[in-house]
Amino acid sequence: MIPASFEYKKATSVQEAISMLGSEDKILAGGHSLIPAMKLRLNMPTGLVDISKIESLKEIRDNEKSISIGAGVSHATIANNPEISKHMPMISEAASMIGDIQVRNVGTIGGSIAHADPSADWPGVLLASDATVVIANAEGSREVDIDQFFTGFFETALQDNEIITHVRIPKTAANANSCYVKFVQPASRFAIVGCAAAVEKVNGSVKSIRVAFNGVGDNAYRATGIENALKDQKLSAENIGSAASHATDGIDVMDDHFASENYRSHLASVFAKRALSRL
Amino acid sequence: MSNQITIKVNGKSYTREVEGRTLLASFLREDLSLTGTHIGCDTSGCGACTVLLDGKAVKSCTILAVQADGATVKTIEGMAENGNLHPLQASFKEKHGLQCGFCTPGMIMVASDFLASNPKPNEQEIRESLEGNFCRCTGYHNIVLAIKDAADTMSA
Repeated sequence: MIPASFEYKKATSVQEAISMLGSEDKILAGGHSLIPAMKLRLNMPTGLVDISKIESLKEIRDNEKSISIGAGVSHATIANNPEISKHMPMISEAASMIGDIQVRNVGTIGGSIAHADPSADWPGVLLASDATVVIANAEGSREVDIDQFFTGFFETALQDNEIITHVRIPKTAANANSCYVKFVQPASRFAIVGCAAAVEKVNGSVKSIRVAFNGVGDNAYRATGIENALKDQKLSAENIGSAASHATDGIDVMDDHFASENYRSHLASVFAKRALSRL
Repeated sequence: MSNQITIKVNGKSYTREVEGRTLLASFLREDLSLTGTHIGCDTSGCGACTVLLDGKAVKSCTILAVQADGATVKTIEGMAENGNLHPLQASFKEKHGLQCGFCTPGMIMVASDFLASNPKPNEQEIRESLEGNFCRCTGYHNIVLAIKDAADTMSA
């Protein structure tokens, strides 16, 4: 299968990429969602602006209180970064569970969240990590809190003429005590249900907690029902068990040939328990 | 809408004009006649098209040839040196790691990337490294044995 014809435009800087973007163009990073969609003619852009050669998008920067991951950093590079593993283990864990070796070598974190597949791993994990998405546009740049970034089914706060430059993840006590677990679709390795959790404990009680799911609803979401149920509580099996029953509160749970609505809801509770039991 | 690209494949540099939409797998097979790289599912699932791009295993059916401009590519044709099979090729032959052979080039190329980062893997790690490669004949058993055998040879 060959995509429909398009004009290829290689950008050497973010600002050049923004200036090249036509109204019917798409941005090419790793291309591991875009190229398959173009082969199937689900997407027929008139031009592709290739940002995969922009070096500034491939940096991982260790700031004092946070780590910035460039939008063009591959999943494999994230999985192998020791500072990320130390300060935010769920980020490393998720990166190492995406797709397969070949996909991890090419796919990028920026591409994944811009595409916002409801079953992709990064949206849920970044929600749990309290990340900030940094976006460049013709006027300069702006920041979007991750809680406001995913707005619907394959929809985000990103505008047509904007490019994600990096995500910034705080080095919090909760992120240092975090994990990601998922029930995989066996062929694609997408999450049928993925649960990311980050918990800060003081004297054995939960001081702060963020729990998020992907694969369950139209877009990744925070399970505030679980978070509220566990705030100031001990992470005992009993407390985790009753909190996990709130995994899909208020969510329109997906129903497809991989998992029915009931089965998916059940899996969400089970994987919330598995994640929280590890923290 | 033609683009000029220069790619080094198996040690030899090629400059060609390609359309933006030309996939790296098609470029290797049709422009360079390197038909050892197979196209199986064509949807980035099966891994038959795996090649090394700047040393990393990638699915060449999901990379545009223009994206590989300036890069170094290694395909199955570049694995043997001076008439001697690469240890992975020798082990696949020795351990009967193939039946129809369609998936074999992709298996060998992904294993080559995997063993570079994990020279002494256990069986479970080898099985996990094959997540992105399908074999419909062998049941994977002898492929796993072949990769283990090659790892032993290469790290000896």
